[in-house]
Amino acid sequence: MPTITYRDALNQALREEMQRDPNVFLMGEEVGLYQGAYKVSRGLLEEFGAKRIVDTPIAELGFAGIGVGAAMGGLRPVVEFMTWNFAVLALDQIVNSAAKMLYMSGGQIPIPIVFRGPNGAALQLSSQHSQAWESWLSHIPGLKVVAPATPYDAKGLLKAAIRDNNPVIVLEGEMLYNNKGEVPEGEIVVPIGQAEVKREGAHVTLICHSKTVSIALKAAEQLATQDIAAEVIDLRTLRPLDDATILRSVAKTNRVVVVEEGWPQCGVGAQVVDLIQREAFDQLDAPVLRVTQADVPMPYNKQLERLAKPSAEKVVTAARRVLYLD
Amino acid sequence: MATTVVMEALSPTMEEGRIVKWSKAVGDAVKTGETLAEVETDKAVMEIVARADGQLLKQLVAEGATVPVGEAVGVIGAPGESVATTAPAAPAKKPSAVSSQPSAVSSQPSAVSPQPSAVSSQPSAVSPQPVPPVAPADATRVVRASPLAKRLAKERGVDLKLVQGSGPGGRVIMRDLEGAVAVTAPRASAPAPIGGGAPYRDVPLTQIRKTIAKRLGASLGPIPHFFLTAEVDMERAAEARAALNQQLGDQQGKISVNDILLKATALALVKHGACNAWWQEDHIRYWNEVHLGMAVAVEDGLITPVIRNTDRKSLLDIGAEARELAGRARERRLKPEEYTGSTFSVSNLGMFEIDQFTAVINPPEAGILAVGTMAAKPVAVDGQVVVRRRLRMTMSCDHRVIDGATGAAFLKTLKQMLENPLAMLL
Repeated sequence: MPTITYRDALNQALREEMQRDPNVFLMGEEVGLYQGAYKVSRGLLEEFGAKRIVDTPIAELGFAGIGVGAAMGGLRPVVEFMTWNFAVLALDQIVNSAAKMLYMSGGQIPIPIVFRGPNGAALQLSSQHSQAWESWLSHIPGLKVVAPATPYDAKGLLKAAIRDNNPVIVLEGEMLYNNKGEVPEGEIVVPIGQAEVKREGAHVTLICHSKTVSIALKAAEQLATQDIAAEVIDLRTLRPLDDATILRSVAKTNRVVVVEEGWPQCGVGAQVVDLIQREAFDQLDAPVLRVTQADVPMPYNKQLERLAKPSAEKVVTAARRVLYLD
Repeated sequence: MATTVVMEALSPTMEEGRIVKWSKAVGDAVKTGETLAEVETDKAVMEIVARADGQLLKQLVAEGATVPVGEAVGVIGAPGESVATTAPAAPAKKPSAVSSQPSAVSSQPSAVSPQPSAVSSQPSAVSPQPVPPVAPADATRVVRASPLAKRLAKERGVDLKLVQGSGPGGRVIMRDLEGAVAVTAPRASAPAPIGGGAPYRDVPLTQIRKTIAKRLGASLGPIPHFFLTAEVDMERAAEARAALNQQLGDQQGKISVNDILLKATALALVKHGACNAWWQEDHIRYWNEVHLGMAVAVEDGLITPVIRNTDRKSLLDIGAEARELAGRARERRLKPEEYTGSTFSVSNLGMFEIDQFTAVINPPEAGILAVGTMAAKPVAVDGQVVVRRRLRMTMSCDHRVIDGATGAAFLKTLKQMLENPLAMLL
């Protein structure tokens, strides 16, 4: 099976979907001639032409609105944001137009659009460019939100997102683009709304997504050396959440740590905790703990940035606490 | 080493006690078990006994003073010992001075569990001697447990109060339950005839019983009462009583109508175990023994001394015991074990010439019988109007436990026994 990077997996997904459906087109800053700020659209302008690979001005609200209009007109746009930090400017189109149109038109106007781009902190990009937006976006009814952690899921989920008739947010990771993983040749579609058990274990469940999947897996390795079997669940889709997979694991391990890149307040982990306390109260042997970014704007200083981010060490500490070992 | 004498909880509900009289003066020699002082509780006058040998060094509370349970009232020590050096004894918050859980009874597992309530649920084995307070902290501590531990404990029948928690603040967590032993007895599915074996059997609530409890509880107070009244022809019972008393001659003790009523009630309960029961919120306890409570009016209230195993006692014994208990009840000298643990009660206002009345159930019992006055009245017997002595009795039933037909069947048996006293010999 070929091993490819996360960015190439996304590229394959775009190419295959554009070949499959002439209504699919890509639009965003530097996606054409420059082939994407992270080279996700490499080779696509050459193959599909300027009509379907559209370079936009630096005007997020404007091209997001054009995307929504194109979707209303029957096309299937993929709108790339250079990062989700810039997409804050486009939130009115995402939240008020894309997410609401099907509902407010009484079901007459579906918006089959994909908004995608890198999300979360990279390295030393400071406060304004190191933010994780998933709790903002998954708050909105009318949107679906996916956050692939691996090249396989990046390809499979982007293809599912493009085929979905609703607006889908695809949260990629700047630090993930270079990661390599096995991706089989040919058609793979990962259904939206399905979490994946990345590692089985009986003692504690580590729930994570996107970049924190590697953190949780690393923590699970460290815990294994202490004879603690951690189960790792990659949510993959944040809205709708895969309740069943989460609850099945809680029933098995009775102890949970939720890991995410975002801030603690109203985070994805808070939503997961709500689900668990509501639906699995009698399964819990300890309060659910969360590992998040520190509740501060991301520091620029390298050491402070490292301390502010979730880490495998923090996950191990939390896991030992829910196991009453410390 | 001096020993502090504390105000002990001498009844399950006692929160404070009044020193009526010191039985030992300062300087008197005392031995373990000897009475130190008489204490008036909320229910009776009882005794505080010495828990150590020595000399009563100090009375910290004057006669007539009221102090909360657990507070020091005196000091026992070696003659000449300095009281100031005495370390205060840990106050017993809610010690059960009265053993509520006998060790000798039956296979009922609750007999070995330190229940917080001191109310005797095992009347047949009430300790005749005061027993030192038992681990009050354990008895009253709030159980902290993870939701999982609570669920597992319930499923496995483990009493969380008996499990040492290893989590923060003593929280019981899953690993603490490994090896914990179930304390719940295997449960029967239906009430069985009274007699033999364990003193009672606990029966889980069926869905219909739960619904009855919920719906009826909402309509009329916490106990959904209903009432059944029957008029009984007492002519033959009265004749039998007269004949028996004549037989007894001048011997001390005469048989009263009330004694016959108590005996008949007890025997009818033996045949109708469904009425000899306790409502226990999540189950019903059907007693295999009959302990009749007998309402006695006292100066400023009412108390219900208990005649144990009433069904197995003779009329003479019942009469003697009833008079003795009633007498001490009026003097407020009943011990807690003498007024707790009844399985059914009888309240008789006949002497007040009340025709009939309804009595309020004494929880957790499921029924009480209210007996009116016996009066001569004209009735039709075999088509002829004749004068007969009759009385009316009304049974109050807890509908969560007793249904109409159940209560009626009991009352019918009771009526038949009273109308044909020879049936009691059967």
